[in-house]
Amino acid sequence: MSRSGEASHPPPAIELAGIDKSFGAVHANRNIDLKIGKGTIHGIVGENGAGKSTLMSILYGFYQADRGEIRIDGARVDIQSPDDAIAAGIGMVFQHFMLVEPFTVLENVMLGAEGGSLLRKGVAQARAELQRLERSYALEVDPDAVVGDLPVGLQQRIEILKALYRGAETLILDEPTGVLTPAEADHLFRILRQLRDQGKTVILITHKLREIMAVTDEVSVMRRGEIVDTLKTAETTPERLAELMVGRRVLLRVDKAAASPGAAMLDVRHLTLRDGRGVTRLDDISFEIRAGEIVGIAGVVGNGQSELLEVISGIRRATSGTVRVDGMPVDVTGTTDASYQRSIGVAHVPEDRHRMGLVVAFEENENAILGYHDDDAYLNGPFLDTDAVRDHARKRMEQYDIRPPDCRLKTENFSGGNQQKIVLAREMEQHPKVLLVGQPTRGVDIGAIEFIHHQLIAMRDAGASILLVSVELDEIRSLSDRILVMCGGRIVGERGPEASERELGLLMAGVGGPDPGATAGGPPR
Amino acid sequence: MTGAQVAPPANARRRRASLPGWIEYAVLPLANLLAAFLVSGLVVLFVGENPFEAVKILLWGSLGFGEGIGFTLFYATNFMMTGLAVAVAFHAGLFNIGGEGQAYVGGLGVGLAALALDRYVPWWVTFPVAVAAAAVFGAAWALIPAWLQARRGSHIVITTIMFNFIASALMVWLLVDHLTPAGSMQPETRTFEAGAHLPELGGLFALLGLEIGGAPVNITLFVALAACVLVYVLIWRTRLGYEIRAVGFNPTAAVYAGISPVRITIVAMLISGALAGIMALNPIMGEQYRLQIDFVAGAGFVGIAVALMGRAHPVGIALASILFGMLYQGGAELAFEIPAISRDMIVVIQGLVILFAGALENMFRPGFIRGYGLFTEGRAPPAARAEGS
Repeated sequence: MSRSGEASHPPPAIELAGIDKSFGAVHANRNIDLKIGKGTIHGIVGENGAGKSTLMSILYGFYQADRGEIRIDGARVDIQSPDDAIAAGIGMVFQHFMLVEPFTVLENVMLGAEGGSLLRKGVAQARAELQRLERSYALEVDPDAVVGDLPVGLQQRIEILKALYRGAETLILDEPTGVLTPAEADHLFRILRQLRDQGKTVILITHKLREIMAVTDEVSVMRRGEIVDTLKTAETTPERLAELMVGRRVLLRVDKAAASPGAAMLDVRHLTLRDGRGVTRLDDISFEIRAGEIVGIAGVVGNGQSELLEVISGIRRATSGTVRVDGMPVDVTGTTDASYQRSIGVAHVPEDRHRMGLVVAFEENENAILGYHDDDAYLNGPFLDTDAVRDHARKRMEQYDIRPPDCRLKTENFSGGNQQKIVLAREMEQHPKVLLVGQPTRGVDIGAIEFIHHQLIAMRDAGASILLVSVELDEIRSLSDRILVMCGGRIVGERGPEASERELGLLMAGVGGPDPGATAGGPPR
Repeated sequence: MTGAQVAPPANARRRRASLPGWIEYAVLPLANLLAAFLVSGLVVLFVGENPFEAVKILLWGSLGFGEGIGFTLFYATNFMMTGLAVAVAFHAGLFNIGGEGQAYVGGLGVGLAALALDRYVPWWVTFPVAVAAAAVFGAAWALIPAWLQARRGSHIVITTIMFNFIASALMVWLLVDHLTPAGSMQPETRTFEAGAHLPELGGLFALLGLEIGGAPVNITLFVALAACVLVYVLIWRTRLGYEIRAVGFNPTAAVYAGISPVRITIVAMLISGALAGIMALNPIMGEQYRLQIDFVAGAGFVGIAVALMGRAHPVGIALASILFGMLYQGGAELAFEIPAISRDMIVVIQGLVILFAGALENMFRPGFIRGYGLFTEGRAPPAARAEGS
């Protein structure tokens, strides 16, 4: 019932023929030919900037191709807008969800397809249809739940429901697992397989090769705007795919020497944080990081990791507890703020570069000094020394291979990986004593991940203390010298890097600790 | 906000950036203006007059002779100051629609300075004192809404509107009960002596061969132009301006960077209020030589349209304020020359310009993006400096 044989399969569900698209001097897609069989899961991998998103935006009608045509079930279609794409049976689930949080699931699904000016009839119809879809695909969503209260994994399922409700035969998912826990991702894959088995076509854009291997039937690799190869997933390996993506051999494991930790650089004692509503976000956290050591924090999103980073970096005020940086006490319950923390050598690569790490409407050079803009090197009295700022930005772009190398370009026009490099370059450049790193490789391509991991190890070897928060257990395990597991705002265990994924997973789920179900949905990221 | 931000995808946002500056800042505003005039023309046609004749009178009345130009620039001075005031707050992500009240209270500062000094010192002593007083009074009037926004989260739009009403009531009370000279029934101060008369620009106009007549354009125009330069430097060349823009674009990232949005909100509103306050100099010490009731006459609100149309950039604001000055002066001529076009119709036309230039500024953008895309097909525009991947 799953993959149908090629002979019995007349025209492909989606066929792109000779698609070509340029933005000014940037040739984003070059003569793309791609056939996606009906009832298959087709992966598209490639580094950021390889043209995956552009290609899918063309298919979904955000852009029009300069040349080439799109055929659906063998018939040529003209897709000028997302409306046309929806009418042609194409649905898209974005990385950033498009949901109205105070609305219920049902209201969100109906949005834009209410069916008349009086709601009642439409609601009844939508409810019936929603129940049918949920049954068919085991989506397990309560139609009357308020979306804002649901965990991220469920919100994503609502996006899928929305597309199906509009009659999507082909579903495009853009980096769908970036925000999910491993368990949620597994559930998503089960849903995708079920969709495929019922004859839907799924296009999965991702940079995680493990997911490609786990769930896709076929995979196309993009590099520099071209499709370099399309392979049967069963007949390839992650190493082969990584090589195709980057155009050279890539080391998927991180090579590092054993740590040689020195004196305690960051010392956290009995740190507690209660938020405005009196909910305990951090509960008596104590740990230390020594110079030349990477300590990883594993945990399901929303168990206090973000708050921990925010307190130590001076963004949020702790309720009680002490923090010492290089032996010096810091007033984390009172006077300290982000710029003071920077001045004593605590640098911070935040978890969400768009929300916190960058002002995306700024030019690159302006972001390259964000947080360090009060440094005398960039100032001339009250004035910004624009020449110095830009010179510095240019040097750093070269050093960290940030592309395109134009420091006057608006930051929102850089790819995710390059944006992350802008943040990393800025924070690492200060040679901090303590580097707080949240999700350093979220939404970043393989080539850049390799680079970022090497930089972090190099910083460790140069004597910095690094606190690493990541949802990627692989990343935690391969970079950390010690792993702390957080659950419900508490540190529930410490393990060495050799700990198995299963062992960490059990700790993360709070076995013997607080009920994980209670924490999974609640706290904001 | 469980990770689900309702934001357009990066690709959709990227589309906005694809127009070169000269279209973005020149062609697009002109197209908006043209649309406004087309609709205005229909209105004129509707009352049975010739729209081309009306445009001719409007242009001639505002730019056709020395006195007209003088009045146009006089009004433009008001709008430039209030437009800059709105723009500075706008860069900090604040919508200050209290320019009207801040200018009104700024006028109190000007009036008090003038009443205190005009009999004893020449104008050039009174002038800087009056500028400072206007700025301090205007800023003070912006302080409470700013503080409420920064510390208590009371929405600045609501509080500044309320403060416009409070300012109005306060000024009526002061003018009726306290500042009116004994025996006078007029709610206004006594007329200032020469020590509080700002020099008019008749001499300068004469150099250009223009006869200024009774036009009150005065050296406040230079104050406004200097303010344009200073605001540009402040926003794009100073550390404070950097912090203001960071807070305006992304308050979360600003906190991350150690910038206090509370401080920036208050500072930006104080600067905004000060700029609005200085506007009072123009009518009080430049035209009427006394503090009167309701002298602001809507300039605070026109400033919003000017800032929107000028894209919150001082150059755009200077040009937009001259345009609105033309509409005011040319409109007055029009109402005078064609009785069928009443003063209220002029307000309608001004409203249309505000509508098209401000509220509907994105109406023509998609068309221009498409058109420009077709035009540059196969050619690399100079703006695209991106290379490779």
